[in-house]
Amino acid sequence: MTLKQKRIFLDKIFSYFCRITTYASILILFLLLFHIVKAGASWLDWQLITSFPSRHASKAGIKSGLFGSLYLVAVTIIFSVPIGIGTAIYLQEYAKKNKITQLIKLNISNLAGMPSIIYGLIGLAIFVRFLGFDRSLLAGGLTLALLILPVIIIASQEALAAVPRSLRDAAYALGARQWQVVIFQVLPAALPGIMTGIILAVSRSIGETAPLIIIGALSYAAFIPNGVMDSFTALPIQIYNWASRPQQEFQELAAGGILVLLILLFVLNGIAVFIRQRYQRFS
Amino acid sequence: MFIEIKNLDIFYGQKKAVKNINLKVKKGLVTAMIGPSGCGKSTLLRSLNRMNDFIPGARVEGEVNFLGKNIYGKNIDPVELRSKIGMVFQKPNPFPKSIYNNIIWGPKINGYEGDFDELVEEALKGAALWDEVKDRLHESAFALSGGQQQRLCIARAVAMKPEVILMDEPCSALDPKSTLRVEKLINDLKGKFSVIIVTHNMQQAARVSDETCFMYEGELIEHDKTETIFTKPAHKKTEDYITGRFG
Repeated sequence: MTLKQKRIFLDKIFSYFCRITTYASILILFLLLFHIVKAGASWLDWQLITSFPSRHASKAGIKSGLFGSLYLVAVTIIFSVPIGIGTAIYLQEYAKKNKITQLIKLNISNLAGMPSIIYGLIGLAIFVRFLGFDRSLLAGGLTLALLILPVIIIASQEALAAVPRSLRDAAYALGARQWQVVIFQVLPAALPGIMTGIILAVSRSIGETAPLIIIGALSYAAFIPNGVMDSFTALPIQIYNWASRPQQEFQELAAGGILVLLILLFVLNGIAVFIRQRYQRFS
Repeated sequence: MFIEIKNLDIFYGQKKAVKNINLKVKKGLVTAMIGPSGCGKSTLLRSLNRMNDFIPGARVEGEVNFLGKNIYGKNIDPVELRSKIGMVFQKPNPFPKSIYNNIIWGPKINGYEGDFDELVEEALKGAALWDEVKDRLHESAFALSGGQQQRLCIARAVAMKPEVILMDEPCSALDPKSTLRVEKLINDLKGKFSVIIVTHNMQQAARVSDETCFMYEGELIEHDKTETIFTKPAHKKTEDYITGRFG
């Protein structure tokens, strides 16, 4: 083989290698999906969504878990998004580029990698016990907000940093104050990136089980929470509960619950894509 | 005096990029700054509306007097200064908004209370862009060609009704035809505004400017009427540069 042939050969090998890795991950994903759909599709009906959990698999549903999760997401977003974006703006646009800022950024990155169960312990200590929120929706939402805050901050910060210097120059050269540049030019330009980060983070929080179990979310609830101080259960807890039972029906019910969770994530992602496209109209 | 620069030094960290500049710029004229890459002409330009405040490590010593006031003195608000001294950059940088909103953004955030439609028409006419875009004012500015985008940026600066418009190599990203239109526009702006333009294109300086400054390695070598600079320069260095012996 000549050198040229060898290089062409290596080029091909490399592209095949990358292709195979891609297909492998897609294949695994589809196998999982197939398995869940096969087990749960027959259980996926209106009754599943409108019924509370029950001892009898045929009557059981995810109503309390679904509503619990939706309320939980709302509380999580309300607390984490403003704080996350605000922090990112401060760190990226206002804070002096010194050692302390560096240290803070590094620590936020570390927090993003911390196991979620630790956040459950923090939530238990601070929100449930110290602040006396008890095992409420508020405590759960705040715990999840803490959990996803670092992810939102990092994603927002990166999105802000990616806004080109030239856009800021243009705004400043027209006699804009810094807040005007940030609010009216930089933030809108960074919004698609920020939205992506938020959606990824929120999606993660929807699937979280461990911290909720730690702070004492119910594993059986036959009611929908009435307010933020009410106790609650969540969809992944319900799924976990069912999946740990020996009966075949409950295993399948868990698969049905997973499908609902997936659909929920799909809808959320869809909303995010919609918002992104609206804001990208001119760019 | 309109703009008077006295003993101006500009540093980037330890490096002195602009050395002891003394320069007077007259009102209503087009003043060109020429010189080889890295001679400090853009740095000097950006110091005139304090855009170099944003460059980390940049430091200014000396005075830049604008209408009798040192813009580096106390009690000077750089934001207010920039609303009087506009700027056009190397690469067209319209906002990701409609043409209309590109024009009105500056006046709007500065509390303009007049009629925005009138303002847009006036600014676009001032930038010789009105006829091309009047039917699509509400379309994205990114749909325009590069040359049109640059003229939109000039219109955006014009809409602020500034005293001075600084231009930092405004044609370097444009094709020859668009360059010609921008140059013609600069000619039209003369008298209404004072224009200071940095260019590495000597012919451009000769075509558009009334006065020319030649800079070399951070120093102002020569400042005179453009005609004089290009026909009988006083310094050997200037002559070598304009005859293409270096740079």
